[in-house]
Amino acid sequence: MTALRQVKLGTYYVVHLPEADDFDFWRERARALVQCDVPPDRIAWVEPGGSGDLFADGERRMPVPPESAPIVRANRRFVQLARNAILHSDTERFAVLYRLLWRLQANPGIMEDKADSDVRRIEELDKNVRRDSHKMHAFVRFRLVESEKEEAGEHYVAWFQPEHHILRANAGFFMRRFANMRWSILTPRGSLHWDGETMSEGPPAQRSDAPGGDPMEDLWRTYYASIFNPARLKIGAMLKEMPKKYWKNMPEAALIPELVAGAQKREAAMVEKGTLEFEERPETLGEIDKAIHACRKCPIGSLDNQPVMGEGPQNAALMIVGEQPGDQEDRSGRPFVGPAGQLLDVHLDKVGIDRRASYVTNAVKHFKYVQRGKRRLHQNPGAKEIDTCRWWIESERAIVQPKIVLAMGASAARGMLGKTVSISKVRGAPIALEDGSELWVTAHPSYLLRLDGAARDEQARLFDADLAAVKERLEELT
Amino acid sequence: MPFDIGESRGGTYSEQMAAHSVLQKLGILADAAKYDASCASSGTAKKNSLAGKGIGSTEGMGICHAYAPDGRCISLLKILLTNHCVFDCHYCVNRKSSNVARARFNPQEVVDLTLAFYRRNYIEGLFLSSGIVKNSNHTMEQIVEVARILREEHDFRGYIHLKTIPEADAEIVHQAGLYADRVSINVELPTDSGLTRLAPDKDARQIEGAMGKVRSDLAEAKDARKRFKYAPRFAPAGQSTQMIVGADAATDADIVGKASRLYDNFRLRRVYYSAFSPIPDASAVLPLKRPPLIREHRLYQSDWLMRFYGYKPSEVMQATEADGNLPLDIDPKLAWALKFREAFPVDVNRASKEQLLRVPGLGVKAVAKILASRRHRALRLDDVALLTQSITKVRPFICTVDWRPVMLTDRADLRSLLAPRTEQLELFAA
Repeated sequence: MTALRQVKLGTYYVVHLPEADDFDFWRERARALVQCDVPPDRIAWVEPGGSGDLFADGERRMPVPPESAPIVRANRRFVQLARNAILHSDTERFAVLYRLLWRLQANPGIMEDKADSDVRRIEELDKNVRRDSHKMHAFVRFRLVESEKEEAGEHYVAWFQPEHHILRANAGFFMRRFANMRWSILTPRGSLHWDGETMSEGPPAQRSDAPGGDPMEDLWRTYYASIFNPARLKIGAMLKEMPKKYWKNMPEAALIPELVAGAQKREAAMVEKGTLEFEERPETLGEIDKAIHACRKCPIGSLDNQPVMGEGPQNAALMIVGEQPGDQEDRSGRPFVGPAGQLLDVHLDKVGIDRRASYVTNAVKHFKYVQRGKRRLHQNPGAKEIDTCRWWIESERAIVQPKIVLAMGASAARGMLGKTVSISKVRGAPIALEDGSELWVTAHPSYLLRLDGAARDEQARLFDADLAAVKERLEELT
Repeated sequence: MPFDIGESRGGTYSEQMAAHSVLQKLGILADAAKYDASCASSGTAKKNSLAGKGIGSTEGMGICHAYAPDGRCISLLKILLTNHCVFDCHYCVNRKSSNVARARFNPQEVVDLTLAFYRRNYIEGLFLSSGIVKNSNHTMEQIVEVARILREEHDFRGYIHLKTIPEADAEIVHQAGLYADRVSINVELPTDSGLTRLAPDKDARQIEGAMGKVRSDLAEAKDARKRFKYAPRFAPAGQSTQMIVGADAATDADIVGKASRLYDNFRLRRVYYSAFSPIPDASAVLPLKRPPLIREHRLYQSDWLMRFYGYKPSEVMQATEADGNLPLDIDPKLAWALKFREAFPVDVNRASKEQLLRVPGLGVKAVAKILASRRHRALRLDDVALLTQSITKVRPFICTVDWRPVMLTDRADLRSLLAPRTEQLELFAA
């Protein structure tokens, strides 16, 4: 190469770039300078608005490469990185790129050497520019400007402050995405305008040139606040991807401080209101009896009533579950002693099931009622109340471990299954429970009490048939 | 004191609904959708609106247009069509027996919102799901109708993710795939017994059957496009699913096993994990405490190990502790390395790619850089330090020209040396 050196030793060259992001211009000049064997430290690259003071007396005319000059080599990886890196706001980028291009002539494989400091530097520049472009795609926020002239149609305008010279390079992204929309992106480094057919460039703009708001932003802020889950605050993760410097141009970012402040409070409130702090499962029936006296997990427990614990042998093979205590059960504190209980006894006797050998209990432990004068009128427990009370019935079942559970009525069935089933559809056949036991579902005896005539006879017959099937199955299993 | 007995809100259904503005409905239906973890918009077919009449583009890489303080990306307008639901799944805030505010969008309202947000560059597209109203088919038809209006009437070319309902007819689900970039069906819980207990209306076999059908639809459409250039696309971004972590007794080993079976059987693009989070008006059968968020993170890391680092599911399970769960204080890759110390140290200048990928602290990119650079120089510890995030984490497991971890790899307290210190992040500290 020395033979080609037609450049005077000690000459400095100053290259003025017409635009800060003009890769093609840089490439053309860099190629000529390499061909003329101008070492990196003899060139000053000056971008518009930059100063070339350091080389005030430098040569501004470019050297002309001799015809015999070798072809300048640059592999694809270098060109790919250089195109992007040149958009960086780092004033040294042209010089670093030139130095790498210079070194590339002697060492064509240098781009693979990821531990080389110049390669690392260029990769870093490229990475920063890609990130800035990506954030521009993400964080540009258009605002609708209603035009005075009807025919002009809707015009969307955004104000954005990119960190690097990326505006022009990203015009294509917005054009492809919003091809049939009239839009402008204004930045401190220049502006872009698309009218649906052609792209034009404009001078640098100011924030005040862009519209100050858009009615749609209320909806967007509502969405932002609602999609946020206050139960999982991860501020670091948010800041990493959405640094504060972008916040000022994003309408939703103003909400962040209050969302963060409110989050812990909201979560605490949610836990208090929603999740129930049943600590450990009780291990004996006595513990359950004690615990249900203190249970206020649903509103029924706060009424003027007392809980009614199940009764029967702790190792009973059959567990009979009703809905909830009635007026008489509440007064006596024992299950199935009122009219429905008496009717149940009659039918159990008839098919030959010994109630004293069974564990009799209720899906809901307290009596739910409304006061009408002196009378307390029975009210069905709600699904949520039954679900809340499942904790107790499940605990009882875990201790007694019956082979068969007979659930009487829809509430009892829900207490066992966690879902509401139709009695007429599920009665007459066993449903397998998780622990291997069988669930049989039948009507509640109080249902029979509300019927009369032929309907009652028919339901009594079905009830007896269900009880008989349970008895038969019980004998098979014990 | 009297208390509410059942539903006591005044007015008829339609009166209540009319009273809700779009703003209120958006608040309710976005809030109801936030327990779905996915918001991805990447990996779909490239399209843009240059030759079309409408708007929208997808260029491979998804874009997160904002981040919420929960650290999650907001890429899509993620809402429910309605949060009314006839199902009663205990972990779900929208279950029938839950006492939350209800709202319902009609398809046109969702279309208008999507387009208005898209034009302002707030979103990449729409992620639409719904509670089950009337029946599964009716609901699925409504969801598909939104996608149809967007695609056919507005020539919308942005991203659409539709949640499909396993109980709906296969034909309607197929229709969804023709409009959507991605379809997903949630398996919800890692074990069948958990599903039976917490989602009594759902059926594991039906869910897997529906995923199998989507898989064959995907394969068929791909095959057709090889032969006919204009064959219709079917969910070019594939299908995904979500599992709730910590609502039932499943261990991490169970979950990893389930995920790997799902990847194998249904060619899923992604399995999302969602740490069960306390929901308002929770059901009593739910666990008392929520699982630590880090558990979800560790599961994602194990997912990465299987997808990008060449670990077999059985190997990830080896990293679990005696209780079947992954350690929370260290990542699963480090946990595996500490259990199999005989596999280390590896020589960064000679080891295979597979071996390097097993080194804690070396990511896929760092390994690629090491493989490229070592052709040009014999790597020293300082060189490796330039190519990695943290040399202290890597050092005990590698050899370089000038470094050999003589004692370090065998130290009993290595775990405590490498476990990250906990620190509190403060956003608004002075």
